[in-house]
Amino acid sequence: MAEQAAKAHGPVSYGRYVMVWLSLLILTAATVTAAGLAFGRWSILAAILIAAVKGTLVLFYFMHLKYESAILKLFMTVALLTLAIIMILTFADLSFR
Amino acid sequence: MSTTLPAHLPAHEGEHRDPLGAKMGMWLFLLTELILFGGAFLLYAAYRARFAADFHYASTLLNPLIGGVNTLVLLTSSLTMVLSIAALERGLRRPAVLFLGATIGLGLTFLVVKACEWSGKIGHGLFPGSTELVERTAGENIFFGLYYGMTGLHALHVVIGLGLLIWMFALIARRPRVRVTLPAPAGESVRLATAGGRALWSDAVGAEAAAIEVSVVYERHDELLAGNLPRLDNTGLYWHLVDIIWIFLFPLLYLIT
Repeated sequence: MAEQAAKAHGPVSYGRYVMVWLSLLILTAATVTAAGLAFGRWSILAAILIAAVKGTLVLFYFMHLKYESAILKLFMTVALLTLAIIMILTFADLSFR
Repeated sequence: MSTTLPAHLPAHEGEHRDPLGAKMGMWLFLLTELILFGGAFLLYAAYRARFAADFHYASTLLNPLIGGVNTLVLLTSSLTMVLSIAALERGLRRPAVLFLGATIGLGLTFLVVKACEWSGKIGHGLFPGSTELVERTAGENIFFGLYYGMTGLHALHVVIGLGLLIWMFALIARRPRVRVTLPAPAGESVRLATAGGRALWSDAVGAEAAAIEVSVVYERHDELLAGNLPRLDNTGLYWHLVDIIWIFLFPLLYLIT
């Protein structure tokens, strides 16, 4: 079923994958550069943001999530939300000790 | 007078295939992996908040060049992985196998680099429980505990991923071979033809021949895809997750100076 959905879009071209890879390389260079600049407290935020963009590129294009059915996108959303809630609650505790 | 002996190629493996179910199963498993590493990252975040200065200092003891090289290696291995899947989707077995081989090579490269990095650290006395490390501050100890723990857990996943990749390599690279033995009409000629009458091969049979052994190397195009594509897809999903985890590990361990 999902195969037919993929075929309806046509298989993703080799070129698109290479473009995504190049973007990932550029973002890697960006994160190394950003680390060298003295952002202070914000450098970790910049690092995590860039990593999130890279992760999203791999998730959407390499792992095909962009072209998958809604249920799989829902799986991912719920999992990420769960992780976010766990982290927020933990820090809500830790911050006030 | 000619005798026609039909030879049947064996039917492909079981009809019970559920590619969507298999894919959903793999995604659900990956989500559990996400929570597993998420917990480790949470631990990192909690202790970094507490020992910020120590973490900053300890991170300078790591070599970002090595971390960067490993990042590039894994990113490229993800590319070769999807290219392998894309080739198989198009029914191109040889490029699929070549790209899969490249992915395996890059995965091994990652492990070799990681091993060199670890031996370097251990050589400098920076490993959990070492006297050198114990004399340092609590924060530095925790940093290195997290460093070995998280990169170690990640490396274990790389090893498992390589096992899966090598298994898929063996599955896709093999060429199924069918062997059919037929009684030989001595002195006659033998002709191998498809059911549709297309001649494949012919030769004369010697007078002393007792049996003819015909080996047919066949490749069913639909089978190549249907049998292997969902598995390769799911193997790729696992490998990409390993890549995503490293994408987050790299800046948090190596670049927080």
